[in-house]
Amino acid sequence: MLNQSDILQTLNMIDHQHLDIRTITMGISLRDCAHPEAGRCAEKIYDKICRRAEKLVETGCAIEREYGIPIVNKRISVTPAALVAESCGGEDLLPIARALDRAARECGVNFIGGYSALVHKGFTEGDRRLIASIPAALAETDLVCSSVNVATTKAGVNMDAVALMGRIIKQTAEATAERDGLGCAKLVVFANAVEDNPFMAGAFHGVGEPECVINVGVSGPGVVHAALKEVRGAPFDVVAETVKRTAFRVTRMGQMVALAASQRLGVPFGVVDLSLAPTPAVGDSVARILEEMGIEVCGTHGTTAALALLNDAVKKGGLMASSHVGGLSGAFIPVSEDEGMIAAAERGTLALDKLEAMTSVCSVGLDMIAVPGDTPAETISAIIADEAAIGVVNQKTTAVRLIPAPGKGVGERVEFGGLLGSAPVIPVHPESSAAFIARGGRIPAPMQSLKN
Amino acid sequence: MRAIMTVTGPDRVGIIASVSTLLASLNINILDLSQTIMGGLFTMTLLVDTAGANRGFEEIREALNEHGERECLSIRIQREDTFAAMHRI
Repeated sequence: MLNQSDILQTLNMIDHQHLDIRTITMGISLRDCAHPEAGRCAEKIYDKICRRAEKLVETGCAIEREYGIPIVNKRISVTPAALVAESCGGEDLLPIARALDRAARECGVNFIGGYSALVHKGFTEGDRRLIASIPAALAETDLVCSSVNVATTKAGVNMDAVALMGRIIKQTAEATAERDGLGCAKLVVFANAVEDNPFMAGAFHGVGEPECVINVGVSGPGVVHAALKEVRGAPFDVVAETVKRTAFRVTRMGQMVALAASQRLGVPFGVVDLSLAPTPAVGDSVARILEEMGIEVCGTHGTTAALALLNDAVKKGGLMASSHVGGLSGAFIPVSEDEGMIAAAERGTLALDKLEAMTSVCSVGLDMIAVPGDTPAETISAIIADEAAIGVVNQKTTAVRLIPAPGKGVGERVEFGGLLGSAPVIPVHPESSAAFIARGGRIPAPMQSLKN
Repeated sequence: MRAIMTVTGPDRVGIIASVSTLLASLNINILDLSQTIMGGLFTMTLLVDTAGANRGFEEIREALNEHGERECLSIRIQREDTFAAMHRI
């Protein structure tokens, strides 16, 4: 039989260290749902999602019970809606967003991602219409998540899209002003977006993906933190090794669940995303892991190095535990969703500039950060441009999910509840970037793109 | 299906007897068993085979839960795969 202490260790991780599978996400292609009439297209989308994902939640819950490991979220990602809705006549694409929302509700998932457009090199008419509809779509629906890819290493940065997204984020905040700008928590602006990301709000089912696929996102900041407590004061070699071993164990759980879900649903297994995804719960924080390494408060000097080590060790540990690794795979630093980050931001130690530096060494980017409601659209665009530049030059995914909290200033709080958490409003630089953003055009692809 | 059961609770006379009687009534075979006292807490792990059981997994789980509540024990059952995945390469 298995060693009793191994068994008890696993149970301890589940019971006391928040070990869980963060999400099982079913990717569904909607490429066959295009139709000249938006209403008909919406019906086809609704029918297809409900047919494909009918048993997703039921299966997820059964696996959870049999294997005794919590699966926190069951979700759906779909083909970027701009591609599907491209051939719809008329300006109004809201029926598509409503169909996604209804389908998600019918299937019992808690988010559906893919109200998206890929515009890193330029816009099609469909892209423009879809992006213009994002504020209304996110205000009117509850479960729909949206993302827009504005840059890639191969194409450079579409600065027209960057400028536009600054305005769209502001409009989305205003459209959901009575809920602290909640719409912005469901809107991600990407550079180098990945096609198989299972995590929200940025998940979509890429064009190179199969008809239907199961991707799994693991988590486990609490488990890593607990493991590091055992090696307090040890050199970084030991720290890295400890994180690797822990990430391996956590990822093996993800692989097991992914294969079980894939087999039971009769849907191919895509990837396991090796991410350390925090939640607002105490004991489930990435910031606290960095502090365990010897940083007094997350955001002070040394934070970037600590995060770089963590991110790298998580990948190295997870890589061998899964047959296919993909998605974003790295440590997430969503401020409002991480208890330690919230505390550090409230103290003023964790500032936007430090967060930007951190995004150059970890998964994704400036995530779930509340900024003053009167932040100009151009400033938000400039923040997006900075993040896109980091992603493009470093050949990694970066993203911006900012909430310009309507009517709120520095020191006040936004409250979203649940997994989205709450966050203090932190300051942005008051100096203008308007003339920079007004230029438009494209920042050319960097030397790194010329690999052939 | 092979599953791992864990039983924990305050130590007293008759825990193994009551749990194994219940398993026998469900026609679940015990393949291996390990028991210790950790800090005054009775801790037992069992490897069981549910292939011949007279109930489905979900009903077994519920029966064990109910028994645990009656006897002031925490009893859980999970597929063996969960632990093998984490601790075996």
